Formats: sequence, structure tokens, C-alpha cells
Amino acid sequence: MAINSDSESVVRPAEKGGVDYAGKKIGMWLFLFTELLFFGGMFLLYSVYRAQYPAEFHAGAQEENLLLGSINTTVLLTSSFTIALAIAAIRRGDRALSMYMQSLTILFGICFLIIKYFEWAAKISMGIYPDSQLLLNMGKGDILFFSLYFVMTGIHGIHVLIGAVAISIMLVYTWRGSINRNSFVRLENTGLYWHFVDIVWIYLFPLFYLVT
Amino acid sequence: MTEARADDMAQQEPSFYHEHGRYRGVFAWLMSTDHKRIGLMYLGALLSFFSVGVLLGVLIRLSLIAPGMVLNAQQYNEVFTVHGIIQIFLFIIPGIPVAFGNFFLPIMIGARDVAFPRLNRLTLWLYLAGAAIVLLSLFIKGEPPDTGWTFYAPYSIQTKANVSLAVLGVFVLGFSSIFTGLNFVTTIHRMRAPGMGWFRLPLFVWTLYATGWVQILATPVLAITLVFIILGRIFGVGFFDPSKGGDPILYEHLFWAYSHPAVYIMVLPAMGIISEVMPTFARHRIFGYKAIVYSALGIATVGYFVWGHHMFTSGMSDTARIVFSFITFLVAVPSGVKVFNWVATLYKGSIQVDSPLLFALSFIFLFSIGGLTGLIIGSLAPNLHVHGTYFIVAHFHYVMFGGVGFAIFAGLHYWFPKMFGRMFSEKVAKTGWAFLFVGFNVLYFSMFILGYQGMPRRYFEPPPQYHGWSVVSTIGSWLLAVGIIIIFSNLIRSLFKGPKASSNPWGGRTLEWSISSPPPAENFTEIPVIKEGFYGNK
Repeated sequence: MAINSDSESVVRPAEKGGVDYAGKKIGMWLFLFTELLFFGGMFLLYSVYRAQYPAEFHAGAQEENLLLGSINTTVLLTSSFTIALAIAAIRRGDRALSMYMQSLTILFGICFLIIKYFEWAAKISMGIYPDSQLLLNMGKGDILFFSLYFVMTGIHGIHVLIGAVAISIMLVYTWRGSINRNSFVRLENTGLYWHFVDIVWIYLFPLFYLVT
Repeated sequence: MTEARADDMAQQEPSFYHEHGRYRGVFAWLMSTDHKRIGLMYLGALLSFFSVGVLLGVLIRLSLIAPGMVLNAQQYNEVFTVHGIIQIFLFIIPGIPVAFGNFFLPIMIGARDVAFPRLNRLTLWLYLAGAAIVLLSLFIKGEPPDTGWTFYAPYSIQTKANVSLAVLGVFVLGFSSIFTGLNFVTTIHRMRAPGMGWFRLPLFVWTLYATGWVQILATPVLAITLVFIILGRIFGVGFFDPSKGGDPILYEHLFWAYSHPAVYIMVLPAMGIISEVMPTFARHRIFGYKAIVYSALGIATVGYFVWGHHMFTSGMSDTARIVFSFITFLVAVPSGVKVFNWVATLYKGSIQVDSPLLFALSFIFLFSIGGLTGLIIGSLAPNLHVHGTYFIVAHFHYVMFGGVGFAIFAGLHYWFPKMFGRMFSEKVAKTGWAFLFVGFNVLYFSMFILGYQGMPRRYFEPPPQYHGWSVVSTIGSWLLAVGIIIIFSNLIRSLFKGPKASSNPWGGRTLEWSISSPPPAENFTEIPVIKEGFYGNK
């Protein structure tokens, strides 16, 4: 940003002490509201169609791999724990521990995606995917259940990927020292995003695996 | 007067036009994070798209009086679709917030920039990218979209036209809109000058605040809906396709759950401009500051719950229809409150009839017609008769163009001296206004009559009994186009040849009039301390 040298001395009202911490947090929470409504559209479709086809949704959920789903839930919950630890560590000035915890979070995220890949691959090899002949021959409730499964876990997976990339960038910032014990709002906001992605999964898991 | 102006010139600082940062030429603009430069780039893009949209509109009118001679049926579908997409998504939804909001919001609250300047620049890039994608859908192999701007399923999933690309463009534009809203809300919370309490905020800022929340809370619903359209076309996901168990009515619900609040994204900031222009030219404090604030918040809140009135004939339970109709009547109340506020502001004022006021008064008149006819179609029984007729087309053009469009022209003339440091010819501006106002009413009031008589919208070849008023309407479109040409050529000429503007040519009282025209690079050498409200309120 272009700043006149003579205006440098003027302190902006909301910027005493450099970065506007509260402002950045407000911005992130507002963004999470938009994410909530974005996923809200999908959950709305799910509720409408499940109310229309309860039996098919019940049967569809039995096709899901409960073991892999449970493992993934554990993985993601643990990753929320590690990112919280990363923030706690940087606030105490422990840069090494924070970087270690951030890396662990990324690993958990990747682990989640790999497990998800095997779940998807198993379904696709069985011939179940949107617009597949096998699926189109099933009932309308089944088509909707599996389409919703692929779309919702798919879009959630993209969010996990974005989160992992964001944490990787934060990792570089922490390594370079621009994220430190005095300036950590970017890491904290990334953490908020990661928790949000986690919470979405907390709802997806029962809706697709446990409604049997 | 001349002395005062000379004084004014003497203390003028170098404007933001001279502060180009690290880059030169076009990059001094594209890479800039200065809210004023971003606002002007948006303004330029918006008005260009608006002009294209108007041309397409004139083409539609022309085709309607001589079907088949100008356009064939498929081209006609494409032209009215593209007219809608351009005017709605590229012009009027981003409209006032991105152009005037970007330029004036920080100045009006006494800040040097928005809360997230780089995010602000990103919104501009997203807007340009979205616009480019939409335009690409017109020119690459295949046909331009022909679904109407609403992309109703299941046709939007089945048609061979380039709907995926157009929808993707709108999706990207949505991100631009979300980030602008998020940025403005944070800015208003965090960047106000010392002493600028909530009830000292200029009214334009209040409406931007309400708009910001609507952008944040409504746009994502459209985004996910459009994703479903794209998934439907590419992967065959059938959420809105009855043959795969989907429900096309659900598409309409999701679409209007965004697109009705979007009406308030357009109208609220327009009301903000009117609330600034009226007290300035009436030379009188605004009547009922708090009523205007609360009614803006009321519109933003209640406006979420009326979307069903777009679907009265689509298939909904009677209960749902009655509830939606009732809430539609409710949302008219705060709009009515504002109209009375503006009119009462004129009372005992010392009114100076300059072009911004003419546009503002036209706004009140045309928006009232648009709003009142909205109540006719918001009640269930008349709706059955006029749904899908030209009555609807007339209604929303009165609200969108007669309302928001005229407010944009009011703002354009009101803030032109501040943005460009030049005055325009008042006489030519008034001539342009007269053509626009008369042309507008001839064009769209005829449509009320046509619609009432039963002429269906979107028909390529209307039944012959509607020909007479159709011709009248088309003649109106020419008058309107002449008005727009006069207005734009006046402003473009004034950019280069207009006399230098003083810092406060209209006698405005908000902060933007306290700094030089055009403003210096960081707006204020010293952040002002606010001691009282700007409209004579405490």
C-alpha cells in the first residue's frame, strides 16, 4: 500500500500497535458464516430428500464403511487438537513445537483424504457413482443418497485440501518468523477454518454412516 | 464565489491520481490497493457493462415489434438471457457498493482505507475474472446461454448452450460480492474515526452495512445452488432432475432464497445515496435519521423471508403462500417509512434543484410505483393473473432501473466533482435526465398495461392484439437510450473539459466534502475527530 511518508506518524484509530487483531478475527468469522450457509444449502437438500425417502437413506447408509468412517472421524478430531496445540505453542513462543504440531495437522489432513480416496474408489469400482448405470437402475431415493454422499463428502474434501494448503503456508510463515508470539492472528484464523471443516465432518459422519 | 474557489485551489493537495505506487500505466491501477482507484475501476467496468446491457435491451424491444426481422427465436432467447445476466450480475448487484461504496465508505467514516485493502483488490480481480468467464460463454464454440438469467432447472441442466461457463462466471462474481460485504462490515466495525458513534454514521454507510450482511448471508446459498447446476451438467448429478429423484422446485427455492435478498443488495445502498442527496439539496436536516437506519436494518432482515413470492404459481402449499404473501406486505412497510422520510426532508427546506436532486426525486417517484405494484403481485389473487406477464417485467424494471438505476445516476452526478475534480454541464445533465425520465415511463408503463391485458413475458412473437402498446414501449426505449447517451457524453466530456470543482460544490455535510476534490492519496492528513452527527443530529 502506498503510504505518504508524512502520514506514517498518524496512528489509525483501529490500528494502535500494528495489526488490527480484532478486525482480522471479525473478518474470519464473517467468512465462516458464508461457509456455513454454503454447506447449509447442501444440508437443506439432504433434509428434504431424506424426509422424502427415509427407507432408501436408511438402506444406503448400510452400504457405507463404518470402520473407515470412524477412523476418519478420529483422525480429523485429533487434527483439530493438534492445530489448537500449534496456536497455544506459538503464543508461548515455542516456535519448534508449533511447527511440529502444524506439520502433524497437515499429515492428519492428508491421511483423512487418503482414507476418503479408498472409500470413494471402493464405491466407484462397485459401479456406484453419480450417473452410473448401476445407480440409475436403483430407486430414486438411492440415486439421491449416493449423489449427496459424493457431492457433500467431495466438497468437504476440497475444503480439507484447502485447509491443508493454508496450514502449509502458515508453516512457512512460522519458519520465517513472521508468525510469532506477538503476531499469530493468521495462524489462529487458519485454525478457525480447520475447526470449521472438522465440524462439518462431525455432521456428515452421522448423516451418511450412522443413520442405519 | 470566485475568491472562495481560488482559496480552495490554493490549499489543494496532490490528489490520489498522482500516487501510483510501485507500478506504472495500467498496473498502477490493477495492482493498486487504494480504495478510490478500485472504486473507479469498478465504476468504469460497471457503466461499460450497463451500456452493453442497454443496447441488448433496445434490441429486445426492436425484435418485439418486428419478430423475425431483427433476431430469430433462438437469438431472441439468447439476447434476453444475456441482457439479464449482464444487468443483474455484472452491473446492478455489484453496483453501488463496489463503485461508490469503495470510493466513499472509508472517507465517510474518516478512515484511510478499508479494513482489508488487499482483499479489496482481490474482489476486483474476481469481478473481472467472473465477467470474462461470462463473456467467454457468449463467444466460444456452442451457443450463448438461453435459459433466462434465473437458470431454472431442469432446462438449465439439459440445454446444449454454454450454461456451465456462464454459471461458473456468476459463481466467481459471487465470491467477489461476498468478500466486498465482509470487508465493508469489518471496516465499519473497526475503522471509524474517533467520535464516530454508530448513530453518527452517514446514512449511506448504514445502508452499506446492512447490504454487507445481506451479501455475506445470502450469496453463499446462490453459490452452492450454481455448483449443483454445474455438477448436474458435468457429472450428471440430478438434484433438480425429476428423472433422478430431484426436485426442480427446490432449485427455485434455493435460487430465490438468494435472489430476493439480492434485490435488497441492490436497493439498500441506492436508498443510502438518496438519503445523502435529499438533505444536501433540500438544505435541511434529514427527517428521522433513526427511522431511516432502523428501516434499512428491517428491510435487510425481513427481506430474507419473502423469496416464496416469486413462486406463487410454481407449486407450494396454501399456508406457505399466505405466509410469504404476508411477509411481503411487511417488508413494504420500512420502504414506505423511508419514502416518507425523504419527502418530509424537503418540507421547509431551501430546495436547490440540481441534477442529482432530479434523479433522486425520480427515484422516489419510480421506486414508489415499483413498490406499490409489488404489493399487487405480492397478493395471491392478482398474482395468479399477472404472473409471467409483462406486468412483472414492468414492476421489476421500475424497481431495478427506476429505483437503483436512477439512484446510481444521482450518485454519479452528486459525487462526480469529488471523484474527478471536475464539474459537468448542469444544463445538459438536466436535458439528459428529462429524456431518460420520459423515455423510461413510456417504455415501462406501457408494459404495465400490456401485462394487465395479459401479454406473456419472454414470448418471441407476442399475439397481435398487443402490437399497439408494444410499439409505444419500443419508442420509449429509444428516448431512454438518447437520454443515457446525453448523460454519458456530458460526463465524459466534463472529465476532460469541465471546470475545476471546489471541494464542496453542493454544500454537502459528510466528511468527503471536507477534503479536496479529488481526494489526496490517503484521504486525510489528520484523522478527523467527530463531535456531532452530519445531519444536525447529535
